[in-house]
Amino acid sequence: MGRREVSEINAGSMADIAFLLLIFFLVTTTMDTDVGLIRKLPPPVDVPEDVDVNRRNIFEILVNANDQLLVAGEYMQITELREAAKRFIASEPGNPKMPEFKMTEIEGLGVVPVSKQIISLQNDNGTSYEMYIKVQNELVGAYNELRNEFAQEKFNKPYTELVQKSGSSDAIEIKMNAVKKFYPQRISEAEPKKVGGAE
Amino acid sequence: MSKFRKKGKKGQPAVNTASLPDIVFMLLFFFMVTTVMRETTLKVENVTPKATEVDKLEKKSLVAYLYIGKPVRNLQSQFGTAPRIQLNDAFKTVDDIPLFVEMEKEARNEAERNLITWSLKVDSKTKMGIVTDVKQALRKVNALKLNYSTKKTDKISN
Repeated sequence: MGRREVSEINAGSMADIAFLLLIFFLVTTTMDTDVGLIRKLPPPVDVPEDVDVNRRNIFEILVNANDQLLVAGEYMQITELREAAKRFIASEPGNPKMPEFKMTEIEGLGVVPVSKQIISLQNDNGTSYEMYIKVQNELVGAYNELRNEFAQEKFNKPYTELVQKSGSSDAIEIKMNAVKKFYPQRISEAEPKKVGGAE
Repeated sequence: MSKFRKKGKKGQPAVNTASLPDIVFMLLFFFMVTTVMRETTLKVENVTPKATEVDKLEKKSLVAYLYIGKPVRNLQSQFGTAPRIQLNDAFKTVDDIPLFVEMEKEARNEAERNLITWSLKVDSKTKMGIVTDVKQALRKVNALKLNYSTKKTDKISN
């Protein structure tokens, strides 16, 4: 017998192999993109200094070990928190119970009154993480809604749209920063108290 | 005449499957590219809470993860049910966080070290005590950019 021609490799099973690989990757794929609430911690200080802040500028939120809310001295449900926070952040001129205003120069807006609001959040060691996130979420939501409303009124675009397009042009970025400065996010977290105990 | 009749009797030809491998390969490549393998095996229960006002984490390479939760069921006989911190592949305590932060920073470019986001993946049933301890530890070593990992929903139930 002479030389034999090399027979062609059967490609019929290629589909099967590819399917096998496909199924492997299908199973191992985690499609969820990482999302979450982004927060910044205050830089470390050796001795915490007492900052004198007017009482009317502070919106005090206490969460106890039973996940109950005490907001500015009143018992409140989590569903009411966003509206209450919005009212406080926006403040109203002339109301002695609401935060003071400070005339501030903001690029793109000129000199405008910015409320001196601070939200103080204090939770117990026994507070559940779920509740903590809910509170944080409502507070961020309150800021976002106010910023949206303000941006809509001033620039005819919601704040979220400004954020999305801020990379494309400087003018939009200035607008975005202006809105941000008009409603600055000031959430202060106090040291936790160990009252409710129990891990 | 008979010639034509024969042709008609043949029925529909089989669908050509020659391009099937190509289609499958296309899908395969898609999944290969989008796949992110889990680097760590979870040793703690980890069901993150839900939130509506979430931001996306931009750069995956600049995120370090800290897991907090109850040990998973088959480790409970060994480690109990108290919430624990998992860093990389092992249970750690709050005291190990400075070292962990240092190692994570060391693994990145010098220019990017201060841009690392510390993603806290905390089980929703955990109490705040341990979370606060972790936050304080992170704060002490100047790891300030936090991300509370959550799932996105449209509405939060009470």
